[in-house]
Amino acid sequence: MISFHQVNKHYGNFHVLRNIDLHINQGEVVVVIGPSGSGKSTMVRCINRLETVTSGELVVDNVQVNDKNTDINKLRRNIGMVFQHFNLYPHKTVLENITLAPVKVLGVSQKEADETALYYLEKVGIPEKADMYPTQLSGGQQQRVAIARGLAMRPKIMLFDEPTSALDPETIGEVLDVMKKLAQEGMTMVVVTHEMGFAREVADRIVFMDQGRILEEATPEQFFANPSEERARLFLSRILNH
Amino acid sequence: MIDFSILIDHWDMYLEGFGNTLKASLLALIGSFVLGTIFAIFRISPIRPLNWIGAAFVEFIRNIPLILVVFLFFVGLPAIGIVLNPFLAGTMGLTVYTAAFIAETIRAGIQAVPKGQTEAARSSGLTYLQTMRYVILPQAIKVVIPPMGNQFINLVKNSSVLGVIAGLDLMYFGDLIAADTFVTFDVYIFVGLFYLILTLPLSSFVSYLERRLAKGR
Repeated sequence: MISFHQVNKHYGNFHVLRNIDLHINQGEVVVVIGPSGSGKSTMVRCINRLETVTSGELVVDNVQVNDKNTDINKLRRNIGMVFQHFNLYPHKTVLENITLAPVKVLGVSQKEADETALYYLEKVGIPEKADMYPTQLSGGQQQRVAIARGLAMRPKIMLFDEPTSALDPETIGEVLDVMKKLAQEGMTMVVVTHEMGFAREVADRIVFMDQGRILEEATPEQFFANPSEERARLFLSRILNH
Repeated sequence: MIDFSILIDHWDMYLEGFGNTLKASLLALIGSFVLGTIFAIFRISPIRPLNWIGAAFVEFIRNIPLILVVFLFFVGLPAIGIVLNPFLAGTMGLTVYTAAFIAETIRAGIQAVPKGQTEAARSSGLTYLQTMRYVILPQAIKVVIPPMGNQFINLVKNSSVLGVIAGLDLMYFGDLIAADTFVTFDVYIFVGLFYLILTLPLSSFVSYLERRLAKGR
């Protein structure tokens, strides 16, 4: 479904991604962890070309992401994305936030889009907020709207870029619950997160990155019990023992 | 005391000047908004040469005095064989001059919208233009309205530059009446009042828009 082959990325002299090789199958939940600045977000943002790669090959849903002839808007329809800071449209209601892309991109009628939006709002547990504006919601509610917004396009892949990092601790759980449910339903997910509990419970595979490299790929059982890389061990001891 | 007979005796002249000031202001307002929007789009467009054209226009025009921009149309164009009447030359100068400021105002408003908004919209499959239209511009307009209002109020007042080139506006007729009556102070008080008739409603309309948009979140 997603396949990185020897992908490199530079920001000027800064080598952000180094020789990334990663294959993600349909229905798989891959959680990417690692210290700040390790390139996790950049790697995930390459998947829908919010970042371009400098060299190497990246194939998503059988499409070469960085090919000049690729219709990127068409590819992006199939890839939902959830951001750290939600990025909801503040001038639109919750319902309008969710229906904008289905109506304008997929050409779905407003009525049908509204029904789909309500279905997904129900699913993330806040159907009663449909007519409110984002600023009237808590962080956790806003992020659940953002997830519903992504799902309303019925994507094949969902990307999560630190979806709970901007939330206060009380509302993290409600967002993670929605993501768990999604994983159980077989959505292909790539999740950048610092939530180790979620990683352990939900991930099919953990990818550990540092300094632009993938240092380790393992099942959660292996990774948390006995990481093979020293750097991963250090990282885990720092974040688990406090 | 202010001598009201001046106003009554020269009512026709005041009125003609007022009408022409209103006309010049309206034309320049519409013209500078359209022109300014085009140059703002040039400045933020992903196409490099357009950026340069936009930047050159803004930096050149806004950094020379208004009167020189007007002279460009009034004495510059005749030099290459295009002769405009003073009213038209003045209005065009005013339009181009104001457009430079409008372009900067709109550009700043668009760039004030957080980058995450564009990312969210583009990642959902919306095109660049759809993103602009449905996500960025509706948010930018709220940021832009107050400074834009200032530009338009300035525009009305700056239209007095027409008086210098015999553009038949309020200022021009004010000068005529003053020269005619030798009463300077009173004459210009009435000129000022006529400008207020235009600028005060404009000013309160901008405040009204500001309040309305703030409510819409």
